[in-house]
Amino acid sequence: MQKSNRKMLFALIVFLSLFPVVVLNVGAIGHYLDVMIFVGIYSLINMGLSLLMGYAGQISLGHAAFFGLGAYTSGILCTKLSLSPWLAMPAGIFLTALVAYIVGVPSLKLKGHYLAMATLGFGVIVYIFFNEEVALTGGPSGFSDIPGLTFFGLDLNNELYYYILVWSLVVLTLVFSLNVINSRIGRALRSLHDSAVAADAMGVETSRFKLVIFVLSAAYASLAGSLYTHYVGFLSPSSFDFFLSIKLVMMVVVGGMHNIWGALLGTWLLTFLGNEWLHVFRDFDILVYGAVLLAIVMFLPEGLVDLSPKMKRLWKRS
Amino acid sequence: MERISLLGQLTQYFFTGITVGSIYALVAVGFNIIYNVTEIINFAQGEFVMLGGLIMVFFTATAKLPLPIAFFLTVLAVTGVGALMERFTINPLKNATVLTMIIVTIAVSILLKGIAMFVWGKDPYIIPPFSGSKPIFILGAAIQTQTLWVLFITAVVVVLLSFFFKKTRYGKAMLACADDPEAARLVGIRVNIMILISFALSAAIGAVAGAIITPISLMEYDRGALLALKGFGASVMGGLGSFYGAVVAGILLGVIESLCAGFVSSGYKDAVALLLLLLVLYVRPSGLFGNVEASKIKEF
Amino acid sequence: MDSEKFDTLLRVEDLHKSFGGVQALEGLSFTVTSGIIKAIIGPNGAGKTTLFNLISGVFPPNNGAITLEGLSIEGRKPWEIARLGVSRTFQNVEVFGRMTVLENVMVGRHIQSRAGIISTGLKLPWMRREERRIQDGAKDYLEFVGLLHKGGELAGNLPLGEQRLLEIGRALATEPRILLLDEPAGGLNTKETEGLASLIQRILERGITVILVEHDMNLVMDISDEIVVMNFGEKIAEGKPKQVKNDPVVIEAYLGEEVDYSDI
Repeated sequence: MQKSNRKMLFALIVFLSLFPVVVLNVGAIGHYLDVMIFVGIYSLINMGLSLLMGYAGQISLGHAAFFGLGAYTSGILCTKLSLSPWLAMPAGIFLTALVAYIVGVPSLKLKGHYLAMATLGFGVIVYIFFNEEVALTGGPSGFSDIPGLTFFGLDLNNELYYYILVWSLVVLTLVFSLNVINSRIGRALRSLHDSAVAADAMGVETSRFKLVIFVLSAAYASLAGSLYTHYVGFLSPSSFDFFLSIKLVMMVVVGGMHNIWGALLGTWLLTFLGNEWLHVFRDFDILVYGAVLLAIVMFLPEGLVDLSPKMKRLWKRS
Repeated sequence: MERISLLGQLTQYFFTGITVGSIYALVAVGFNIIYNVTEIINFAQGEFVMLGGLIMVFFTATAKLPLPIAFFLTVLAVTGVGALMERFTINPLKNATVLTMIIVTIAVSILLKGIAMFVWGKDPYIIPPFSGSKPIFILGAAIQTQTLWVLFITAVVVVLLSFFFKKTRYGKAMLACADDPEAARLVGIRVNIMILISFALSAAIGAVAGAIITPISLMEYDRGALLALKGFGASVMGGLGSFYGAVVAGILLGVIESLCAGFVSSGYKDAVALLLLLLVLYVRPSGLFGNVEASKIKEF
Repeated sequence: MDSEKFDTLLRVEDLHKSFGGVQALEGLSFTVTSGIIKAIIGPNGAGKTTLFNLISGVFPPNNGAITLEGLSIEGRKPWEIARLGVSRTFQNVEVFGRMTVLENVMVGRHIQSRAGIISTGLKLPWMRREERRIQDGAKDYLEFVGLLHKGGELAGNLPLGEQRLLEIGRALATEPRILLLDEPAGGLNTKETEGLASLIQRILERGITVILVEHDMNLVMDISDEIVVMNFGEKIAEGKPKQVKNDPVVIEAYLGEEVDYSDI
């Protein structure tokens, strides 16, 4: 792993360890731990999206569907078949990866706008499926009483434990992703970005790597979905709608899609904005989201992670 | 209770189908106009329709203006929105990547949706049909008069657009930009202005669609996305960039959807349209009607 | 005839390619014997780069055959052809600008490695060893083209001459049997061109066959064993440098082009 990544990782772990200590001792922000759990869950999805968009250069406007597939598989297997959540989770990942593979093969042949529309269409189809298959999914009103997670008898459905669980998985996934980025696969993907024709000539099998990353990102989303399910204990289609797909893409873009740390930053910022700091706006968060996204794309196209180097440059100049 | 005959049912679904289909067709045409000049797919296209409907509600129900004036002002207002969108978000971004362009138009669509919710709230609105709510009966099916208005106005729009692109200076200049922007620039066409016109025109067409469909299907702030998706489906099925292809495919999509809703499952009607979109994208991205050669020569 | 088959590495037969009605190649045929430097020359627009794009699979020919040691490769995907041992450089340099010089050559080692997503993500021990091998191999090739000291720089920041060398190093890293060089001397000064000539000789000594598209006639006449002369998508002459140089057809084709034969 590169030195800069190691430093960042260290900083992240320090932050994550101190966060609960501080938050739990300041009464007014005690519930930040809960928000942070959601940040972690969305971070899992967005690391995959970052790999897909920033490194493989492919857009997906349907990742809410993969998130939902993981969530529903876990929910259904645990309530209807009383399966252990620890078995349901990999089952969900497997199923989601399979679906991603089947959708990915024809979709990833499409480029740009076509791919965006195809993934968007796929996402809406899955959403309709969640709504209509009432016997399986409970339809629009969803279903509840999904069991929480236990770990060798330890009930994890406590904010602190769940925080530790989710963020441990985030850190592991992050390390996994960083390893992929700094390997022959990561290099192949980055080379594709700079010159597809030269990457081709070096024997890089473009289409295969796009697919691999697509499936990987779907697997991340599925894992996030399972964690979501067991945390909230309740599922309904509205948590996996088209707007969520857009919001996820937005988090990645706002943070900076060419950098996996940007995905984390964007997720953290927009989740706190949406769940906490924008509560004064109530339902009008859409308006604020739209404005923020537009401003970032227009004025800071590389995302917030580009802000500090930009500041440094300005600083040096003056 | 009187049973409606199968023929009556079919007629009913068919008319419903071509009515919604006309709206899809108009959205698809809007996509094509912008695509042809800029190669951008404007994800905010559906928002123009939504705004058309809701602004029409404002002018007729709130401001109580006479119908023709309300209609005119609605189209004018949304056209302005389209022009503003181009000036403030598309025009400043020179040489942006496709990914950036997609995200910019998505951002605009979210913003417009947010503004609409801010102004009108979450509830759907309806306005009275243009000429009374008494249905006419055809083959045992009750057809609302608004349906005829939708078909009539769609036809007028199509005829006017054909005239615009074939006979007027601006229309021809836009086609030239579509063929080869560099060459168009060289012969003195101001591509910049053509892009502005394409957004304004698309917005106007969206506004028309929204204004005429609201008496039938109501309108609320979050309708845009699905309309855009289906309109895009129609424009791809018709062969992206093809004017008549978009119209035929839009109406076809509407009819298929309506028949499916009537005879199979109403819950899955949206899914059917989207599945068709995916199938066309996967199997024949050049569209059902355009052959590959024709999709290269962009023609309205 | 049969004996010839053994050392014919690449055979191009009756190649046709047109772009929207414009005929770029019209029935081009030639063979390349193993272990030589073969130059393809001709005026601008003769179809030389199109030929390279067809051989390396950027697009398929309309008609005709390309065979690599008897194996037909026309219409195959570029990455497949790269795996079969054909690598190339580009006329308009195509380095991976936002990656370091070393990483560029490491991409060249792509087909010589095989770690998949799971083993790279988990950094399994054998993957680490492979990663080290990739890096060591890449360094060897950087040293071979004389760029080892620039390994950490961003490829996009190198001057043009070094970018051309980097492209050669990257192509060699795939361990090709045939190397296609598309105007490697373009934009180089005299000294750099001399260095390039000796580099190409050293590549040949490694047993790699070189096909060279080049406008610098001094370089071409100096180092090539055989020359194919193209004009308007057709072969108008073929032979040893001396034969070609004195061929009236070739001289006529070059009329109007600025070619300085005075110091050959």
